[in-house]
Parts: sequence; structure tokens; C-alpha cells
Amino acid sequence: MQEMFPYFLNGISVGGQYALIAIGYTLVYGILRLINFAHGDVFMVAGLVMVYATASMPFYIALPLVVLATVVLGFLIERVAYKPLRSAPRMSLMISAIGVSYLIQNMAFYITGGVPQPVSNPIPWISENVTILGASTKRVTIITPILTILLVVALVYLINHTKIGMAMRAAAKDFETAQLMGIKINKVISMTFIIGSFLAAVGSMLYFTNYPSVAITSGGMPGLKAFVAAVFGGIGSIPGAVVGAFIIGLCEEVIKGLGYTTFSDAFTFALLIVVLCVKPTGLFGEKVTDKV
Amino acid sequence: MKKLLACTLALVMALSLAACGGKQAPEGEAPAENGDKVVRIGVFEPQTGDNGAGGKQEILGMQYANSIQPTVDIGGETYEVKLEIVDNRTSAENGPSAAAELVNRDVSIVLGSYGSGVSMAGGKVFEEAGIPAVGVTCTNPQVTADCSVYHRICFTDPFQGPALASYAYDGLGVKTAYVLGMLGSDYDQGLMYYFTEAFEALGGTVVSEEFPEGTANFVSYINNAKSAGAGAIFAPVSINYAQLIVEAADAQGFEGALLGSDTWDSNMVVESAKGKNADVFVTTFYQEGGNPEFDDGIREWINANADAKTNNGGNDMVAAVTAMGYDAYFTALEAIKAAGSTDPKAVLEALPSVSYEGICGHIEFDEVGDAKRDSAFIKTANTETGVWDFVKVQSVQ
Amino acid sequence: MTMQKKKTIFTTVVLAALLAACVIVDLTLPSFHIAVTVIKKATVYALVAASMNLLNGFTGLFSLGQAGFMLLGAYAYGVLTIPVAKRASVYQYFDGGAIQFSLPEIFAGFLGDGVGGVVGMLAALLVGGILAALMAYLIGLPVLRLKSDYLAIATLGFAEILRAFFQWNALGPITNGSNLLKSYPTFSKATPYVVLAGVMIAVILLLINSTYGRAFKAIRDDEVAAEAMGINLARHKRLAFVISSFFAGIGGGMMAMYMGTIAAAPFKSSLTYEILLIVVIGGIGSISGSVIASFLYIFSSEWLLRGLDSGEFLGISAPGLFKNGFRMAVFSVIIMVIVLFFRRGIMGDKELPDLLDRRERKHKKEAAGK
Repeated sequence: MQEMFPYFLNGISVGGQYALIAIGYTLVYGILRLINFAHGDVFMVAGLVMVYATASMPFYIALPLVVLATVVLGFLIERVAYKPLRSAPRMSLMISAIGVSYLIQNMAFYITGGVPQPVSNPIPWISENVTILGASTKRVTIITPILTILLVVALVYLINHTKIGMAMRAAAKDFETAQLMGIKINKVISMTFIIGSFLAAVGSMLYFTNYPSVAITSGGMPGLKAFVAAVFGGIGSIPGAVVGAFIIGLCEEVIKGLGYTTFSDAFTFALLIVVLCVKPTGLFGEKVTDKV
Repeated sequence: MKKLLACTLALVMALSLAACGGKQAPEGEAPAENGDKVVRIGVFEPQTGDNGAGGKQEILGMQYANSIQPTVDIGGETYEVKLEIVDNRTSAENGPSAAAELVNRDVSIVLGSYGSGVSMAGGKVFEEAGIPAVGVTCTNPQVTADCSVYHRICFTDPFQGPALASYAYDGLGVKTAYVLGMLGSDYDQGLMYYFTEAFEALGGTVVSEEFPEGTANFVSYINNAKSAGAGAIFAPVSINYAQLIVEAADAQGFEGALLGSDTWDSNMVVESAKGKNADVFVTTFYQEGGNPEFDDGIREWINANADAKTNNGGNDMVAAVTAMGYDAYFTALEAIKAAGSTDPKAVLEALPSVSYEGICGHIEFDEVGDAKRDSAFIKTANTETGVWDFVKVQSVQ
Repeated sequence: MTMQKKKTIFTTVVLAALLAACVIVDLTLPSFHIAVTVIKKATVYALVAASMNLLNGFTGLFSLGQAGFMLLGAYAYGVLTIPVAKRASVYQYFDGGAIQFSLPEIFAGFLGDGVGGVVGMLAALLVGGILAALMAYLIGLPVLRLKSDYLAIATLGFAEILRAFFQWNALGPITNGSNLLKSYPTFSKATPYVVLAGVMIAVILLLINSTYGRAFKAIRDDEVAAEAMGINLARHKRLAFVISSFFAGIGGGMMAMYMGTIAAAPFKSSLTYEILLIVVIGGIGSISGSVIASFLYIFSSEWLLRGLDSGEFLGISAPGLFKNGFRMAVFSVIIMVIVLFFRRGIMGDKELPDLLDRRERKHKKEAAGK
């Protein structure tokens, strides 16, 4: 047990990062029924902005700027790439999402010159080493899950107890009826993208402080895994996404600890397929009936 | 609507064709204008992708060499040397088209690439075209083994792996080594194989693991190494992952040594080891300070050139691949001189008998096309000053 | 002359012209010329894009597993065709590998070197296709029950799993683990690629125009209605999936021929995305559109627009703007414009001969008006 402890610790931290991304997927899917393939790339852009911003200004100005830039990006993506396709078939929407992902990656490639950008210790305090129960780790490892849970609690409060939250729930339940009841659907959708991007920016800052460089493909894998987490937890459900993310993070690290490192990625996808086939609604998802 | 689209597309096509034509014309005319004759040396290097950073540093050496020796005398006439740089994007699938692009630009000889996989993919095209290629730092034995035009000036993996293994076993007294490489990278896997083979032959034990591409969290791997009781981690991975491994080893308080291959010899790796508790040892082709004249010259050149400095990772430390790029350029010039012609076929015939005293040592080719080298430099990262310190010259019995 | 006849003649002329152009390119240019390289790559992409269109465009199954099936085809081709004498050096870390025969050599044994070699290569391609089809059948059993976007993500996941398996060292004696497969025979000229891909695409077209094809389209347009019309949904979806994967597998084998070396790394999800975007540019539901788009895409990205990356384009020299990656940035903007504003792509859901239709229809309308 003592030997496995570092893996658990690391797994919870990785899970926390996935959770912050997964919420973005689950919120958007809940309302638009769209897998926002570009979300992982938004995550990557947040990391890049952080690299550039912290290099030129103190971190207490840079970090809010990162959040702001990411939120604006998320908002713009929705307005430019998804809004015009609102009445189009779902396949077009999904293709548009893949196109946006391709666009962001290529733009980032152009700007960075295709070389991973080194991260130079942007937030000094949280990347210091600490020792917990005999396992040495960075402070960010502990902070990530705590911060994740705080943010999720705040988000759940927002969704359950505010007007915009109510509108979001209504839109998720029935898009058209919500519109008929006078809910400004575009505002609600923009809001979901803003919340999703905000959490991705926070996740990105935590994620990349741990690592020396941001590559243009850095967002792809965490993005896909976070999506798997969202499906696993039941897409559309925020607690589900968080629980799913923690489980996936833990499983991945434990698998590495058991020596099956080759399959740590493959496992996540295998889990996805099993979940989709056995219980497509996930752990906490609601049963959806198909309407003809 | 569709008509409009069709017209636009047709226009794009026509324009790009025109661009293509327009671009080639001045190239052909250039020598006539200023009266100089031009010999083209192809640079087949990654500027983007996983090996982008290394490829750029290798190009720097060639560009610097080109800046101090921009001409070559062939048969009594002075030719201007022009570097034709094409990005092969690190990946084997882009190798053939990048190589074909070089062939299309009428190069006499090709230098590169950083990374063996893409060299093999390009090698096929160069072989068909009969253009000689000089591998600068591609260490996989397969690059030259099955390709009649490929030569190389660096040592190979069957040499490098055992060199590190014997240094670890005899020099550092390590009995158990943890070997880590990326899944899907032939470079990593090749070195892991040769290291393991040599280390086990010496009597040591090896625990070997692989990580999937894009891994950013190496904490669990370091923990695996610790629980295996490893005295050293050998990770022949690309620069990005090397930085991550150094960080993770420090964070997890790994006590043993970190052994790296030639890819680790980069200022970015030593930078990330600065101020950390890490014993990093690497094998390399060139030790900074080995040739002060070259070092000073290239530093001055890098500092005077903002682009070059960015490509070198923002400082003026001389990477071994840069020095190798420099040597490769002069080896190519020797071959062209010996051939007495810019014709690739003649250069190919002259290349095997070239003998050149480079800054990284003497260069001569054996019958396969590999450099005759029997020793590698081992150096360690000085975690206080953030530079590489020379340790010893390692050879294999 | 009837419309049908006109169309047939038109198609024949276009195909013959294309083939002739290709033969001329082959005869006049050496095999390493960039034009030949680009034609080879474009034909491979055309075949894979057509196979993806069969599934995504004609059956309405949004699958993102193409890269995985190509991977299977590529490996099958490489493993079966590497000459026995070269196996020791290719499988240098695995004692020469587990498989000690090579299809081209077996066929060369009784058909002679030239013919036997080619037959062996084709047989290896076929094996690759069949393996991909078998895998698709197995994957399809659970996955095809899923709805659109879940299907997409599940097939994507399968492709990733497949990649991890092929890089696994335990399978090294067959797949060579993470190391490259090389030294296998390839066609150096472009014509064999064009003919091979042409035949495959023709088969896809024939299939689309058969009863099966009509059933596929019915499923795409309305699943419930199709089922009510007596179309067996599960069976037809599976059939489309298996057939599409079969051609993707063959496309993968041809890709291996083109690349000259095989590694699992290029067969990532980004390859699938690239092909999907080609299908979109060409028009979802048009095979000729996919083919045209592949050629446009590969020609410009690999050859004509290279200037955008190297500082000089259209005679304009702007190294600051035209630096590495600008080409792909321009490309992705064009793709987004197509996705957002020209959703029908180049061809919409029409095939090349249908272009003749327009005037005819106008005539008919006028006639009806009278």
C-alpha cells in the first residue's frame, strides 16, 4: 500500500486536471449535443498564452490575462464556428468542431514555429516540492484536486441557484421549449462556453506549471481523456464528469504503477467503449429517449 | 454559389501554379545575373515537430559554416554554396515528399536528418535519384545499412548504447538500470535494445518500460524506477521528454544517475537540470570547449543574429549537433571538391574516400558508409552553473 | 444521344485523359520527381477519402476510425512483403521476426520474378484489406449500435488502442514493435497507384449504385423510415462499415508503399481528421468530389504552396510572414470557410458526370412550363 501511495497521489492530481477540462465538454454537450473537439486545443492555447504572458509581465497580471484570453477564445469559437450551424445537421456541427481544432493547432504551429514552448516556472510557490506521508511531490499536486472541488461546488451552486443556471438547465432539458419560454438561448450557450473555457484555463495553468513545455499537440490527449471522463460519468452531469475524471486519472496512474505502461492510454479508450456499450448513460447520466 | 467556388478554386490553382513557375525562374537566372556559379547543398532537417528544436540547432551549424565558407573551388572555378533547407516535420510520412522537394531543387548533396526514422524514409528517394546523403546525427544502423547513398559522420547506436552501459556499470557502479523510452519511437527502442544487451552482458539487471507519445507526467515512471531499486535511469528520449524526466526525477527525489543519449545534449536539458538535484550524464559527439576558436566564432555569430539565437533556444551555448552540422557542411564541401563537379553522381563516387579533420574528430567512412569512430564524450550537467562539464572519453572494448 | 450515353462517354474521356496524363508524367519525369511523389500520395488519399465517404457520406455513420484500419493494412502489407533475406536486418531486435516468408517471393517462385512479384504485392494488399474488414466486423458488433457522436468517439478510441497494440514489444516478432518496417517492394512509378486506386474507387461507385448503395442512402436519410421499408439496419450498417474498412485497409497498404517505411506513429487521429476534412472539401456524398479534393489538397500542401513556408510566394518575398506553418494556417482557414459557408463542398452530392445534367434539367423545366 505504501508503495502505491505516490501513484494514488499523482492519480488524484491528474484526475483533477481532467475534471476541469471534462466539465467544459459536459456542459456544452448537455446543451448543444456537440462534442466540442476544439476544447482540448483551447486548453493548449491557454498554456501557450501563459508561457508568453508570464515571460513579459509579473504573474499576478499574467494569470488573469490568461483566463481572460481563454474565455474570449471560447466565446469567439462558439460565435464564429457553431452559431451559424445551429439549424444544420449534427454532423456538420461536429465537422466544424474538428475544423476549429485543426485551425487552432495550425495557428499555434505557425505562431510557435512548431517547437514546444518552454514553461519557465510561472507560479513559483506552487511548483515547490513538499513531502506527504513519505511521498515527495510538488505542491500543485495537492492544490489541483482541492481547487477542482471548490470550483465544482461553486459551479453547481451557480447552476442550481441562479437565474442563468436555471436557464442553462432548461436549455439542456429541451432546447426548443426553453427558447419558447423566452430564454435567450444564444446568451445561455455563450455562457456555457465561457464557463467551460474559464475552467479549462484554470486547469491549463495547473497542468502546465508541472511541465517544462507546451507543445501544440499538448491539448489533444488530455482533451480526449477528459471527454472519456465526461462520458464515463454520464454526459451532461457535472458531478459525473468530476467523478469520472478522478477515476480515470487514478486508474491510469495505477496501471503505470503495475507495470502496464504501454496500455495506459489504450485503457482509457477501452473503458470508453465498454461504458458506451454497457451503460451509455454513464454513472450519473439521465436516460434519454429518442424521439422520431 | 458553386460556380463562384469553382472559379475561386481554379484561381487558387492557377495562382499557385504561377507561383511555382515564378519561383523557379529567378533561381535559374540567379547565377547568370551576378556571374557566379552556384552549387546547392540540401538540408533535410526537421524544423517542426518533436525533433524541431534539435533539427534547428543542427541547421545552425551548417548556416554558420556556410557564413564563414560561402564558396568552394571546383575545377579552378569558384562556386557559391547555397543551402536549400526543407522541413521534413520529424515524421516519416513527410519524409518522401520533403526529400523529393530537395531533389527537385537540384541539390548536389544532402545533409541530415536529425532523427533516423525520417532519414530512412527520405533515403529511398535519394537512392532513386542517386544523390549522396550525409547523415549528421542519425544513429540507427539501418540508415546506412540498406541504402547505397547514405553516409554518416556520427557514431551509431550499437556503439552508443554499450558505451553508456559500460560507463554506468563500471564507472558509476550501477547494478540495476531502469530503461525508459517512448512507445513508437525507433530511436528510443534501438538504443534501449543495445543498452540492455550490453548492460546485461556486463552482469547488470535491466527493468524496461515504455511511455505513450504525448506523456507529460513522468512521476509514476520515476516511482517505478525507485521501486525497482534502479541506480540509474537510461532514457534515450527526445529533448522535450528529457526535460520532463529531469524535472520528475528531481521532484520525486530520485537518488541515482540519469543517463541520456546524444539527444539529451542540449542546452534546454542542462537548463532544466540547473538548480535541481539531478545527476545527468550524456554521451555526445562534441564537448564545448573542444575547439575554442570554433566556439568563439559561432557564439559571436549566434549573438549577432536574433533568429539564430531563438533557434538555439535563446542562449549561445554550443550544442554538439551544431558542431556536427558544421563538420557535415565541410565534409560535403570536401566531397564536392574531390568530385570536381556539382553532379550528384560524381559527388557520390567521391564521398566514400573523403577524409576530413573536423572539430568533432577525424571523419572517414567505412564500407557501409558509417563514420569510423571508436569513442564518445561523456559529460555531466553541472546543476549549479547550468553548463555541461566534461567527464571522460568513453570507448567500448 | 441519350443523357446516359453522354455521361458514359464523358466519364470515359475524363478517365482516359487522366490515365494518359499520368502515363506521360511517368514517362517524362524520373520516379523521384516531386510530381510523381505527389500523384502517388494524392491517389492514396483519394482512395481512403472515398472509403470514408462511403461510410460518413452515404450511410451517415460518423466514424473516425479510418487511421486504425489504414494502420492494419499498412502493417499487413509490410509484414507480408519484406524479402526473407532482409528480415534479419529489419527485425534486428527480434531475431529476424516470427514470419519467415514473403508473398512476392512465393508468387515469384511459380509466376516468374516480374509478374509473381506484382501478384504477391497485390495479394498482400488484399490480405491487409481483409484483415481491416475482419477487424471492422468485430469492432462493429458492439460499436455500431451507438448513435452518431458516440460512434465517432468510440471508433476514434479503437484506432488509438490498435496503435498501442502495434507498438507493443510483445508483438515485436510480427510488428517489429516501435521500430520501422522497411525494405519491402514498392511501385516506384505513379501509374500503378492510379490504376489500383482507380479500380478500387470504381468498385466503390458500383456498390453505391447497387441496391446496397440505395439502402445505405435510405439509412442516412432516415433510419426509422428505412427500417419501415424493410431494410435490415444492423446488417446494412455493418456491411457499410466492413466494406469501408476494407478499402481503408487497402489504402493503408498503398500508403505504406508510398512512404517506404512503416511505423505506427503517422496513423494517429490527426490523419483521420485530415481525411475527413478532405471529404468535406470535396462534398459529403460525392466520390468524385473526394477524389478531386484529395488531389487539390495534396498538390497544394505538398508542392504548390510550399513557398508559403519558405519565405517566398508568388514572387513576394516576406520571410517574416511566410514562415514555417503559414501554409497549414492558410489551409485551415480555407477549410473553415468551406465548412461554414460552402457546406456542400466542391461537388455537393453530385458526381462528375452529373455536371452535364444542369442544362438538361433547365430544358425540362422550360418544357414543363410550356
